[in-house]
Amino acid sequence: MTALTIAIQDATTMLGRELKHTLRFPLLLVSTILVPVVMLLLFVYILGGPIGHGLGDAAHGAPYVDFLVPGILLMTVASGCGPTAINVRIDMTGGIIDRIRAMAVTRGALLAGHVGGSVVRTLGAATVVTGVALVVGFRPKASVPDWFAVVGIVAAFSFALAWLSAALGLVAKSVAGANGSTLPIQFLLPFLSSTFVPADSMPAGVRWFAAHQPFTTVVESLRALLTGAPVGSTPYLALAWCAVIALAGYLWAQVAFRRGPR
Amino acid sequence: MCRMNTLIKNAARNAVSVNGLRKAYGEKVVLDGVDLSIGEGEVFGLLGPNGAGKTTMVRILSTLVQADAGTASVMGYDVRKEAETVRSVIGVTGQFSAVDDLLTGEENLFLMGRLLHVPLTERRARTAQLLERFDLVESARRTPATYSGGMKRRLDIAMTLMGRPRLIFLDEPTTGLDPRSRYTMWQLIRDLAADGVTILLTTQYLEEADRLADRIAVLDRGRIVAEGTPEQLKRRIPGAHILMRFADAASLDAAARALREGSRDDNELVLRLPNEGGIRSLRDVLARLGDGVAVEDLSIHTPDLDDVFFALTGNPSKEQNQ
Repeated sequence: MTALTIAIQDATTMLGRELKHTLRFPLLLVSTILVPVVMLLLFVYILGGPIGHGLGDAAHGAPYVDFLVPGILLMTVASGCGPTAINVRIDMTGGIIDRIRAMAVTRGALLAGHVGGSVVRTLGAATVVTGVALVVGFRPKASVPDWFAVVGIVAAFSFALAWLSAALGLVAKSVAGANGSTLPIQFLLPFLSSTFVPADSMPAGVRWFAAHQPFTTVVESLRALLTGAPVGSTPYLALAWCAVIALAGYLWAQVAFRRGPR
Repeated sequence: MCRMNTLIKNAARNAVSVNGLRKAYGEKVVLDGVDLSIGEGEVFGLLGPNGAGKTTMVRILSTLVQADAGTASVMGYDVRKEAETVRSVIGVTGQFSAVDDLLTGEENLFLMGRLLHVPLTERRARTAQLLERFDLVESARRTPATYSGGMKRRLDIAMTLMGRPRLIFLDEPTTGLDPRSRYTMWQLIRDLAADGVTILLTTQYLEEADRLADRIAVLDRGRIVAEGTPEQLKRRIPGAHILMRFADAASLDAAARALREGSRDDNELVLRLPNEGGIRSLRDVLARLGDGVAVEDLSIHTPDLDDVFFALTGNPSKEQNQ
């Protein structure tokens, strides 16, 4: 066996373990689905009326729900960060991490398993959330290739945020701290982007940040693909952001993992 | 030339050799120049109180932590430069349970097999074998959350054995176990030793080291303060004594007159005699006592860990005077 096949085999083993964990302890998956669904219902039925009227041209004449759902998909990806950081932290807290570090197992396999598990969970959660969105009136105009692009971007963004969450879980001092450190990703960054309202409706200082941060780029590309609007280069820009975040998270996680549990 | 060969041969026979090992966490010096060698097939007991550096020692030897200075090799491989090879020949059971609580006992063993790249058929056979050997067959399909402390420990060690390691580190394997589980664990460790596996065992209990280890090193504040077979160590430790209890003051007086040594406690009606010579001196004491003195109760006390530390590391107050 070459080093690469061994690495892939080890990572697959760890992914299998992570998925089994999710099935045995599904609460974290449920919360990943619940948060975006509550947000969806809240914004569609309670807050959405006046927001929808105020959108004007930004919605390209579509109802607010069509504007909103791409953002909710993004929130689904973001709400997967908490469980990932928590799971990594739990592994670091128990003796299992020392056992694995003292075995001749590919170094990155454990984290790769967590990241892979996170992407699988997020794609599952996003499917459920999309289903709920269709029920409450979401009418996407995406073609089949568009849908592939949507899935690709969701998976790529999930992959990127999972590496970042893994790093946050590794450096956190407790399980609660691990969850807490992902809250800005889960809530602050989505709100300070064009997830719920267009960036140009925000106050000047926030507007610049909201217009240029990765969440906006990702949500704009999803929105264009799902509403059938011209996409331009945003999907590529979104994927570039994913690559940058994934690389940064990966490197940070490797350093933190090598340093070992605290 | 001949001497050279012997040296090389000796070096090859060492399962662990450690020279001048140092480790500090910030200001706190944990290991302060430790030298140690463990022969292949030996059961070596590292004895010491909490904070003596036992766990740090195990963590360095199992490649989890790097030493600040000194060298350490395991099965002839340097723990720093050849860490990956070291990992492939050792098994580690740490102080804290290293089982996956969301997987069943069987799945835990299977996971180890997969990570060690044991082929599927062998992995299945070995899992069944280990469950059997560690008396976990009935609980194989349950998660460790439902296990007792002793069962968790057994699963932990079974997982360590999946890879057939030649050297096993057992860090305080019986801490927190009830007497029955502790006894079972001792038997399991003896069985491992009988298979020829080298074992480095850390413990706070002299009795445990005494029962299991071929050789013991006493670690105190990061230094090895004594090393030898259990017998050698015990001979160095004063504190072995005989306690005799009497029914009345008259008997106590008679015994004290006959023996002319030891310390008496008139309230408890107890006479305490040093007993450094084992059975021989016990026989001598009984002979001197004769048939005339009625002893209500007699007990023999061997040194405990407290005695070891007073003897080997000195009384803390004495040290301050020096």
